[in-house]
Amino acid sequence: MRLLKTIIFAAFLAFTFSSHSLAQCKAFAKKECLPELQKSGFTHDGNYHAAVLIEGEEAELYKTFYSDMEYRVAIVGEARLPAIEFRIIDTNKNVLYSNKDKDYAKTWDFKLEASQQLKLVIKVSSFNQPGDTPASGCVAIMFGFKMKK
Amino acid sequence: MNRKYRINSGILFVFILALGLLTSCKGGKKAPDVDKPVTFTQDNAAILQDIKQAERIFNALPSPLESAMLIKSAGAKFDESVLNPVSNMNRYVTSKAMALNLGVYTCDLSFASLYEQTQLLIDYMNAAKKMADGLGILDAIAQEDINNLEENINNTEVIMDIVSQTFMNSNSYLEDNNQPATAAMVLVGGWIEGLYISTQLVDMKDFNGNKLVSKIIDQKLSIDILLSLLERSKGNPAVDELMVEVGKLKAVFDKIKIDASPVRPEYDPATNTTILKSQVKTDMTPETFKELTAITAQIRNSFVK
Repeated sequence: MRLLKTIIFAAFLAFTFSSHSLAQCKAFAKKECLPELQKSGFTHDGNYHAAVLIEGEEAELYKTFYSDMEYRVAIVGEARLPAIEFRIIDTNKNVLYSNKDKDYAKTWDFKLEASQQLKLVIKVSSFNQPGDTPASGCVAIMFGFKMKK
Repeated sequence: MNRKYRINSGILFVFILALGLLTSCKGGKKAPDVDKPVTFTQDNAAILQDIKQAERIFNALPSPLESAMLIKSAGAKFDESVLNPVSNMNRYVTSKAMALNLGVYTCDLSFASLYEQTQLLIDYMNAAKKMADGLGILDAIAQEDINNLEENINNTEVIMDIVSQTFMNSNSYLEDNNQPATAAMVLVGGWIEGLYISTQLVDMKDFNGNKLVSKIIDQKLSIDILLSLLERSKGNPAVDELMVEVGKLKAVFDKIKIDASPVRPEYDPATNTTILKSQVKTDMTPETFKELTAITAQIRNSFVK
């Protein structure tokens, strides 16, 4: 009976903790990532991509970008995380951009002569502290667009 | 002592379970990457395993707002008759129908807003709200958003921000509440509606060199993303049905040829923008276009019936 109570309590706590964390991730995305798009007149496309990632973890995102648009990608991680690295890769596996070369910039603006499907590889770098519990936190990925001038 | 041990075990169990749920997340799991040999000490092996299991993939379809923007950028004219009438909204009572039509109505709403169809966009916002409310998406579209829309009815930028925000409220709610199948269906509804509107607005007398036709061809680039998105929820009967329909669409898209030259990035310091330079050659016959139009209409009409 005591074990059953513990399991129910654990499930309740875990569900509450998890939902709270995901809700915080959404709030973080709105507060910290969205303004990175809006401050230069880009319209957020409305899609939501955010996840709790841990040190060293990698995520990939696939998206088609169109030739008549100007785009901004904004990738922002919570302050407790180390730097967030992102690379943009074409279908031939050529790296078109890496924010590592730009001091881990949070945004990248681009436009295309021809529509392309591109891959974004997002990696939470590491604090390189052996023995420490890996840091974890929310990483938000958002896209803004405007019509090409 | 014995009691203390039991309590500590409980706390440990709570902690492990909470940690497990916390590190779980939306997104598909990635297959182990065998191309990258990395040496780790034995102590780190378990952590590495956790990291590999937690790696994730996002499949981003064009949002309804982006689809509508593509239609406008191609110079298409507004035509209300191709939209799903708001009078249909009471027909949708199942979760699948409401999810698909939340996407459909959000696309129609975006289309109406870009063409400054003031009354229509309020009607479509109300229709989208009804779908979101029906799916139990709390506060996705609040009455305040509709009031805000009415107050800024002539300000396209504010309207687009409201549409974008309400759509994000819906899909983030569904993702955060572990409903990826419903979230995927909303996106599929919006994408199919965008494709439907585009195909309906093409004048066959003006087929060659038509900018809207080239935007339709570009959608071939998203069909695999769409299938991957649905694949995440394979086993859900509604999703399985959709995968069959989208498979038919893919078969037609496969008849279209796209040959692209390698991409060459060129940075423009004046605008702080990178231009991805490449040339593309596409080939779609009028017959394939007609086939694509027919299958798109069949799928879309099954959503809105």
